[in-house]
Amino acid sequence: MSAQHAVLQLTGICKRFKGVVAVNGVDLELRAGEIHALLGENGAGKSTLIKVITGVYAPDGGRIELAGTAIQPQNPMDAQKHGISTVYQEVNLLPNLSVAHNLYLGREPRRFGCIQWRKLQRDATALLRRFNLDIDVNELLSSYSIAVQQLVAIARAVDCSAKVVILDEPTASLDAREVELLFQILRTLRDQGTAIMLVTHFLDQVYDLTDRLTVMRNGEKVGTFVTAELPREALISHMLGKELQAMEATRQPAHSDSDETAALQLRELSSSNGIRNINFSAQRGDAIGLAGLLGSGRSEVCAALFGLDSISQGEIRLGGQPYQPKSPAHAIAQGFALCPEDRKTDGIVHPLSVRENMIIARQAQRGWWRPLRRSEQDKLVAEATARLKIVCSDPEKPIGELSGGNQQKVILARWLMTNPQILILDEPTRGIDIGAHAEILQLIRKLCAEGMTLIVASSEIEELVAFSNKILVMRDKRLSTTIAGEDISENAVLAAIAEPD
Amino acid sequence: MQMTNLMQHRLFLPLLALALILLANLVVSPEFFHLQFKDGRFYGSLIDVLNRSAPCALLAIGMSLVIATGGIDLSVGAVVAITGAVCANLLNSSFDAMFLVIAAGLLVGLAAGMVNGSLVSIFGIQPIVATLVLMVAGRGIAQLINSGQIVTFQNQSFAAIGVGSIFGLPSPVVLALLVFLLVQLAMRFTALGLFIEACGSNPRASHYLGLNVRVIKFFVYCVSGICAAFAGMVITADIQGADANNAGLWLELDAILAVVLGGASLAGGRFSLPLTMIGVLIIQAMSTTIIMSGMEPKYNLLIKSVVILIVLLLQSPALRQQLRGLAFARGNKA
Repeated sequence: MSAQHAVLQLTGICKRFKGVVAVNGVDLELRAGEIHALLGENGAGKSTLIKVITGVYAPDGGRIELAGTAIQPQNPMDAQKHGISTVYQEVNLLPNLSVAHNLYLGREPRRFGCIQWRKLQRDATALLRRFNLDIDVNELLSSYSIAVQQLVAIARAVDCSAKVVILDEPTASLDAREVELLFQILRTLRDQGTAIMLVTHFLDQVYDLTDRLTVMRNGEKVGTFVTAELPREALISHMLGKELQAMEATRQPAHSDSDETAALQLRELSSSNGIRNINFSAQRGDAIGLAGLLGSGRSEVCAALFGLDSISQGEIRLGGQPYQPKSPAHAIAQGFALCPEDRKTDGIVHPLSVRENMIIARQAQRGWWRPLRRSEQDKLVAEATARLKIVCSDPEKPIGELSGGNQQKVILARWLMTNPQILILDEPTRGIDIGAHAEILQLIRKLCAEGMTLIVASSEIEELVAFSNKILVMRDKRLSTTIAGEDISENAVLAAIAEPD
Repeated sequence: MQMTNLMQHRLFLPLLALALILLANLVVSPEFFHLQFKDGRFYGSLIDVLNRSAPCALLAIGMSLVIATGGIDLSVGAVVAITGAVCANLLNSSFDAMFLVIAAGLLVGLAAGMVNGSLVSIFGIQPIVATLVLMVAGRGIAQLINSGQIVTFQNQSFAAIGVGSIFGLPSPVVLALLVFLLVQLAMRFTALGLFIEACGSNPRASHYLGLNVRVIKFFVYCVSGICAAFAGMVITADIQGADANNAGLWLELDAILAVVLGGASLAGGRFSLPLTMIGVLIIQAMSTTIIMSGMEPKYNLLIKSVVILIVLLLQSPALRQQLRGLAFARGNKA
């Protein structure tokens, strides 16, 4: 590690929105040659702070110093000129241009005003080699995986300005191998003296990668710590402001598969989306976990049950009666509900209000000719807001203005209002903060205790183990192993995922 | 604080724009707000503005719903022409019973809406292309029905749709008002309005909610077709003849403009029929101002577009934010 001097120094940064304090008097010091994690729940002020640093917002107070001189970045371009680059969760490059052109967009090598395409290609190839990325730079950016696109964005950011790189949730759409590749590159950059700030929800990554970390809560800084010296429990309690109650596992014994009166039973089910020969059954009050790697068929099982894909073979029985889902409307009528994986495109209806987003599934169930009275709606919304602890100042706000965790709770509230028999949750805790995460897990348990059947697909094995009484491990669109009751443990699930055919 | 609340209300800007234009009318011709009651009906410039707005208002009601689903209906002007041609020819035939003629006109509108609706919702053709087909073909159909002539008719009871009066108001105004109330009630006292807005805001999520997005899209084009049929009958009855070439020509664009002036997004989502109606009145009141000011007609289109541009710019969120930023900076310096 190089010298411990501060590259970026924030002093007393404040930012208010319409009287609401988003960031309040935050000091932060980012040193050359360190990877610094910025942590906090959704709504803690992380994003706002980053946007102040990168010039998206003008601060209402405080100083930003870069290498000892005060700067006032006017916009992200200006910040980049000062040497501060940002890579966002969603890749913000142009998918319809080549990789090479994306790398040098806006700063193309020119001679007599004409772009030197050859030089641009050569430079781009050389630049990506430094990142261990050997790809054809003339291909369109969109022809590569999200991971590669992310790396291209990082390469561009680093090449533009090597002083400070800010990464906002860079690993949300990457798989384990890609994450490792990204981390290697970040470590190399750190050793070259770049200051890196990382925003992430994954605590494993924080301990794996970062040197120091800063925790924010409710717009204020809780503290800056040396990562290696801060125990995990202490970190979580800093983030939540309270000790996370250890969740005791109250697991019910698994029921036998042959039971004819099972709430839900799948026999040799295959769907148009590729899942083949799935067999399992679930009783009332069961929580069934769907585990497996990305693309293993977890989400496809959910989609088939909810009538999004057609059944090509096999059968589904509900309480012993045959059930052939034709459409989501049909599935909902049979007592199903689905919280989809991609909240933004399949879940929330923006710009409709929080209230409308909550009651709309129940309203759709009733039909257009039997509207819920406004007083009923307000009552339902108030109940759900209290029950799920949704933080929302005004239910008439467009849903897009809520944080990710609160949006997810609104979607959950939406489906709970339909009183489903079988609730399917596809990645219910993706991209949400730890507080909401724990609350959603508690809710899953409570619903099971009330007799609802839950089917939860998740990439977080730890969370599946915490509440499932049966875990189905998927591989290559098939059900590879079923683990039930006392046999459930993280190691058992991991072993089943990793086990060779 | 209350002042800012008032200014942020979504009715504020459109109403302000309308008020300013009416004020301009008052300056140009002081007798603008004079109302006379003669022979059982009101006369005056205001009534004239309302009367001339009626066809565009009828089209804009249907257009609001279509635009709310993220679509657009370019064919309504042509549907006006077909409806006019069908009605005029029936009135000249032996099937000239009033209810028959009106039912035939409405059926034509419904059929046109069903064609548009199926192209968009069943075959998945982009709305602007799907309705462009009928926009072009529709005038051709109307010309065929009219055999290339302007078909006139003598039928006082049908003409009353265009020139008669009910409760002292011109019948087109009453008709537009009734259709407006009917559709507004259907939208806001059932869940239809919510479902249409949901489909336009996020069709994928709406499908996941169990809403039948296709049926909803099909439905709004049908409503738009029927609204266009009403407008077609008003225009035909007004001149007691069907002109396939000019009836409702470019009126679809005025209707789209009215919806946009009412603050709706062409990408779909929120819609408001009252705001659309204000948009219609802005367009018509402005045309009246220009005529009454005695300005040379060659300036009409230019002035109209400049005023509309100003209204649209004032509604643009980006511009509003920049204006607010300017005000903020000034406040800081002071």
